[in-house]
Parts: sequence; structure tokens; C-alpha cells
Amino acid sequence: MFENAPLFPQRASEIARQVDHLFFFALGGAAFFSILIAGLIFYLGIRYRRRNPDDVGRPPAAHSNATNVLEATWSLVPLALLMFLFVWGARVYFAIARPPAGAAEMSVVGKQWMWKIQHPEGNSEINELHVPVGRPIKLTLTSEDVIHSFSLPEFRIKTDVLPGRYSTLWFQADRIGEYRLFCTQYCGAEHSRMTGRVFVMKPNDYQAWLAGERRGRAPAESGASLFVSRACNTCHRSDTAARAPILAGLIGRRVALQGGRSVVADEGYVRESIMDPQAKIVAGYQPIMPTFKGQLSEEDLLQLIDYVKTLKASGGS
Amino acid sequence: MDRLPRETGEPPKVHYLNADYGIRSWLLTTDHKRIGILYLISITVFFAIGGLMAVLIRMELATPEGDLFQSDMYNRLFTMHGIMMIFYFLIPSIPAVLGNFLIPIMVGARDLAFPRLNLLSWYIFNIAGVFTIWALVHGGVDTGWTFYTPYSTRYSNTHVVATGLGIFIAGFSSILTGLNFVVTIHRMRAPGLTWFRLPLFVWSLYATSLIIILGTPVLAVTVLLLAAERVFGIGIFDPSLGGDPLLFQHLFWFYSHPAVYIMVLPAMGVVSEIVPAFARKKIFGYRFIAYSSVALAVLGFLVWAHHMFVAGMSIYAAAVFSALSMLVAVPSAIKVFNWTATLYQGAISWETPMLYALGFIGLFTMGGLTGVMLATLGIDVHVHDTYFIIAHFHYIMVGGAIMGYLGGLHYWWPKITGKLYPRFWSRISAMVIFIGFNVTFFPQFILGYLGMPRRYHVYPPEFQVLNVMSSAGATILGVGYLIPLIYFIWSMRYGPHASSNPWGVVGLEWETTSPPPTENFETTPVVTRGPYEYTHAEETAGAR
Repeated sequence: MFENAPLFPQRASEIARQVDHLFFFALGGAAFFSILIAGLIFYLGIRYRRRNPDDVGRPPAAHSNATNVLEATWSLVPLALLMFLFVWGARVYFAIARPPAGAAEMSVVGKQWMWKIQHPEGNSEINELHVPVGRPIKLTLTSEDVIHSFSLPEFRIKTDVLPGRYSTLWFQADRIGEYRLFCTQYCGAEHSRMTGRVFVMKPNDYQAWLAGERRGRAPAESGASLFVSRACNTCHRSDTAARAPILAGLIGRRVALQGGRSVVADEGYVRESIMDPQAKIVAGYQPIMPTFKGQLSEEDLLQLIDYVKTLKASGGS
Repeated sequence: MDRLPRETGEPPKVHYLNADYGIRSWLLTTDHKRIGILYLISITVFFAIGGLMAVLIRMELATPEGDLFQSDMYNRLFTMHGIMMIFYFLIPSIPAVLGNFLIPIMVGARDLAFPRLNLLSWYIFNIAGVFTIWALVHGGVDTGWTFYTPYSTRYSNTHVVATGLGIFIAGFSSILTGLNFVVTIHRMRAPGLTWFRLPLFVWSLYATSLIIILGTPVLAVTVLLLAAERVFGIGIFDPSLGGDPLLFQHLFWFYSHPAVYIMVLPAMGVVSEIVPAFARKKIFGYRFIAYSSVALAVLGFLVWAHHMFVAGMSIYAAAVFSALSMLVAVPSAIKVFNWTATLYQGAISWETPMLYALGFIGLFTMGGLTGVMLATLGIDVHVHDTYFIIAHFHYIMVGGAIMGYLGGLHYWWPKITGKLYPRFWSRISAMVIFIGFNVTFFPQFILGYLGMPRRYHVYPPEFQVLNVMSSAGATILGVGYLIPLIYFIWSMRYGPHASSNPWGVVGLEWETTSPPPTENFETTPVVTRGPYEYTHAEETAGAR
């Protein structure tokens, strides 16, 4: 009966194993307390059942020391267990939230009702995600319309995908296979059909897949073209005559802003600077950049960001 | 029907039900007891509508394909199910029906502090319901009861504003009821009725009223901002208008998380009455239970963002909210342990209200413990927005709040109507509901951990076996709800007359007649002891 109806999900990453261990611990605690309470109710309910219609129970002893000890026990023991669970849960959460260095980066755009995935090599796919086994993958996700959520149950991870900002999600598959992708944030009529598949492949097979699929331009190349066609390069030059901040080596650097604040430049910062240039002005520059709001698609923006990432601090472009 | 001889008795000649006749005497009444009955009728209608939606949802989900409805229709069904059940049934249920009826009697007063405001709140509630039913009849709304932006403000072309307006108006009815309770409990207690002699039901409704008064205005503001963006295009939540969609989620959950305590605290209050009554024993840890109600009301306001752990907020903020959410489990655990300890050395009878109350304790415990799992950050990421969440909050709201409501209705029904209902069928109903509930919702925990997302009209075929189990359980649960509906209606006409104290318990409400006179007590009672003093009851009974 249950061959095609599993009771527990497959596990395809080390993080998934960590989440399951945490879950088993919490489940054990929940089972213990549920059975304890149910057992006590049945035992006491039968042991002290009313034998005579006029029976009255024996009142608890007036506020005694024993009562206080009992109350303290069933407050403090759960509290200690809860705090233990909190710390463990937060550690796993931080591990889920923080991608390791050197991850392969891909971008995802969600729209009603599909996922478009862009590989750095230029391949793009709809509702399918091909990844090599054993390599950390970092996804940068955004939405063109409403909030979606990118959920990979076999990897025990998900993140909401919002319009107007970037979310990140990372995973490292350790098992070859085909896994599920769901949209888990209600997004309209066809929400339940906004699903897909993740294909975890041997590195060689992945390379073959990349080569065999019809390959578009690499997003960074498209970004380079946009950088010229949108005339970004007239101000963002790499020489000293630049009227705008030099972009080489920008991502990951701390940028000093007007007014004394500073910000670490990430994808979201670059996106904001293109769409809403007046929001954060780099110290020493004039607020002269026009907004590109409404002129660039989410995919254009991701391509521009990919291009900016290729500009290395030494040498520049 | 086997029953003790003293359960039946002669009804008083004049009581609040026959003091006046005719439709006007009901629609213009300011008697808190009659208003309680008006609310009972209103919320039963809303429960039936919400329940019908649930039946249709479970029918559709019996197969993986979408073969009964279009997706558009399915989305309207789960949205309306949530809105009806939360705003029009669960939130008013125990406070507006049982609270309205019992609080003045339990504090020894003649009525609530503001009787006409009380009637007004019932009218406001029904006007709100009319808005929502209008929206329902004219095509419904498809945003989910959570109204997440920008879907609700820009993309949905259903009746978002009309539904929102209904919820906005319903909020005022809640606020008026809450205000009335707070003032009554502060100002109208009988001589000698100190705070620590109040029944725990009153304590829990006091805490509930504070949440209602402090939280509901935030919901009202949120709904207004939503309407401003949808109707006038003012950018508040929509990023394409310069708004922030997470701001909506913060505002929405700032009310809607405490709303969970609006639903479950009153049920805890009912259980705190039923358990000592049917153990015929003073409740264990009275002050701990009373204070834990207040602690839940306060902590309930500090944990809203645990609904947003994967929404894209700072991971450090998430850690803070996770830790605070863990703390909620402590007062909940205190209550469960104290109720259980009350059974020790009691004289326990497994009457119908007790079955419901003990069922509540079991299901609430499971709901609470799975809530702890959800507060655990590393687990929540995986099960967030899956059927695990659905199962968890139905354990709290159906297993908790509705079991509490039905337990309370069975406990006080003889007082409210002056009639008894069949013991056999009522005990059957408690067990059918308990079993049906678990068969419906337990499989959903497994589905959720497997990854099945909530609000899915079609789903992968490997989830079908568990979904069929859940739908089968829903059928049992539905039958379980119909049985009390039938015998309650039967009992109003044919049920034997209840004595003033059919359960043989203590409490001010059992010292007046069944049903009580319009003024509740012939003379204002003077209270000289705590609420659950059973040895005294026995002595006085012997002396009589």
C-alpha cells in the first residue's frame, strides 16, 4: 500500500541530515510529553473515578513547599529543554542561511506560474534545475510579480521569493537523483502547478548536459552588452575621470556612504542602486544617476549584476 | 437516559427565556443571556458555512487531480473557509456566547457593565458578516485568509475590499465585547469576590479581552492600509509602488498571532472550570493557571515574526523571535500539568463535558508540542507553509478551541436552556469528534514533513493515500458535529428539566435557577470563599 506513498521524505544533502536529527530530537520530546500526559489522564481518571454519586475529591494541601517544588519542576525542566532546542535549531538555521565560499552561482526568477533558472554558462531552463553532485550551489532569487517560495523538500530548505529584492538559498546535493521543487507561498490561480524538478547529476554528466543543451549567452556577457547599450559605461569608467563610483571589485566590499554610514555591497545593494539610485549615495559623489526603474527586467538586472561581479579589483576591464 | 435523580428539577415559573415573548423582545434585548443566545445562533450559521467549505476542500483533495473544481474555485474555498472560521466563528465563539452568558453570573452581577453596547456589538458582528457573505455570493475572494501583498493589492481580481471591510467591521464588535468584559470584571464583582476568588474562566476571558482591545486596532489599520493601496494605488506594501511587502506581514501577524490566543485562552478557561467540576476537587495551582493566562496574553504579542522565518527577514531577528516563541510553551505547559494534577485524588466522573475537556488537554498538548517544533528555526524552514503547519494549527484551533467550546456548551447547556440532553449520544459525539479529528489531521503532519505545500489544489500522486485518510477522517468529524446539533435542538423542546445544579458542583452560576431569572440572582450573592471549594460544598449540602 505504501510503496508509492512514502511516509518520510528522501534526504539529498548533509543539511537535510542535520534537520532530520533536530526533528527526531524534537519529535522524541513531543512523543514523551504527549504519552506522559495521556497516560496520566487515563491512569488518574480511572484510579480516582467516582464510585458514589456524592463523592468529593480530596483538596490539594494548602500552599505547601511540595506544591512549589512541583510547579518549579514542570516550569523549569521544559524551559531548559526548550532553550536547548532553540540553540540547536538556530545553529542549523544559520548553517542553512549562510552559503559557503566558492559556491556555483545561479539565478532564479519566479513569475506567475513558473520558475526560470539561469546558469552562469548561459544555459537557462524552466521549472527544472540541473546541478552537479557534491558542489555547493548558491541561488539568487527574485520575483517578477507576487511573493513565491522556492521549496526543495529533499534538501529541507526553502525561501520566500519576493518582488523587488533578492533572496538567497544554497544547498549541496550529496545524492544523485531527481527531486521535487514546489512553490510554497500562495501566488494565485495556478499556485499548485508552479512545481518543478531538481536533477542532481555526476559532474561529468552535468558538463555534458551543459554542452548538449542549447546554450544562450552567458548572463555576464549579456550584462556587459547592457552596460554599454544603457550607457552605464559613460559614467562608471575604470579611470580616474569617472563621474561615478568605480565598480571593479565592488561585490563584497564595504562602501562608505554620504552621511558617514557604510554598507557591504551585495546583489541587493547593486539592484537598489540601479533602480533607486538616490537611496544610497557613495561618499564623494553627486546624486546624478537617473533611475532605471521600469526600464530593466529582473533578468536584465541579474545579468548586469553578474557582469559587475566579473569586474575584478586589479586590472579592471 | 440513565441519570441521577437530582439532575432533573422543576423549572422556575419566570426566567429570562419566558420573561418576555416575541421577536422584538429578542432583537431589542439588553439581557446578556439573551445576547449570548443571539451570538450562538449567528456563529452556528457561520460555522456551518465554514464547515461546508471544509467538506468541499476535503472532497477535492481525495484525488491528486483537480477534478471537482477549477483552481480558481478551490482557492476561493480555502480562503472563505479560513475567514469564516477564524473571524466569524473561533474569535467570537467562547467569549461572545459563553462569556456573555456567564461572566455577569460568575461575578454575581445583574448584567454586563454596558448592556446596550453589548447588543450593539451583536449587530455590528452581523453587519460584518453580511459584507463577507455578500463577497462570497458575488464570487468570493482568493487571497487566502492572510491577504499577503502584493497579491491581494495588485494581482487578485476578487472581492478583497468587501471582505476586508467585513473583517474591519467585525473587529469593532470584538473590541466592544472585550471592553465590556474588562469593565465588568473590574467594577461589578459581588461583595467578597476578590480577584483570587474569581473562577479561572473569568481570568482567562480577562486576559483574552486585553488582547482583543490591544490587538484588534492593529488589524483595523492593516486592513485600511491594504484597501488604500488596492483602491487608490497608494504605495505601502507593493514594491513596484515603493512599498514593502514584509511590512504587511509584520502588521498582519502582529494581530493574527495574538488572535490565536484570543481563540485558545477562552477554551483553556472552560477546561479550567470543567476539570475541577468533574473531579469535584479544588483546582491544583490556581494562581499559576491564572498568571499563566496573563503571561500568554503578554508573550503572545512578542512572537509574531515566527510566521516569517523564511520570508526574508534578518536571521538574527529570527533567532530572537524563535527564543521568545519557545517561552510561550512554558505557561502552556504549566496549565496542562496543573489540570492533570487536579485529577489526582479527585472523584472523577467521565461525563460528556469532561470527555471534551480531557480531549482538549490531549489535542492541545499535541498542538503545542508541534508548535515548539515550528518555533525551532532549523525545523521551521523545512515545514513552513506545508501541511505540517495546517495540522499544527488545526490541533490548536479545532482540537483546542472547538473542543473547549463544545465542552463548555455541554457543561452549561442545562443552565442556559434549563434542559438536559441525552447522556449516551453526547458521550458518543465527544468520542466521534475526537477520533474523527485525529484521523483528519494526524496524516497531515506526515504530509507536511514529506513536503506537501499548503493551499495546493492539485498535488503529486504519492501524497494521495494520506490525503484519502484525511478526507475520510473529515467525514467522521462532520458526523461528530452533526450529532450535538441534533440533540441540542431536540433537548430544547423535549429534554427533561434540569435542576439548578445538575452536575452537583460549586460555582455562583449553579446557585441560581436553571434557566436563571432575568436579573440572575434574587439577591446579590456575598462571596466568602474561593471558586472550587468542594469540602465546604459537602458540609453545606449535609447541613441542608
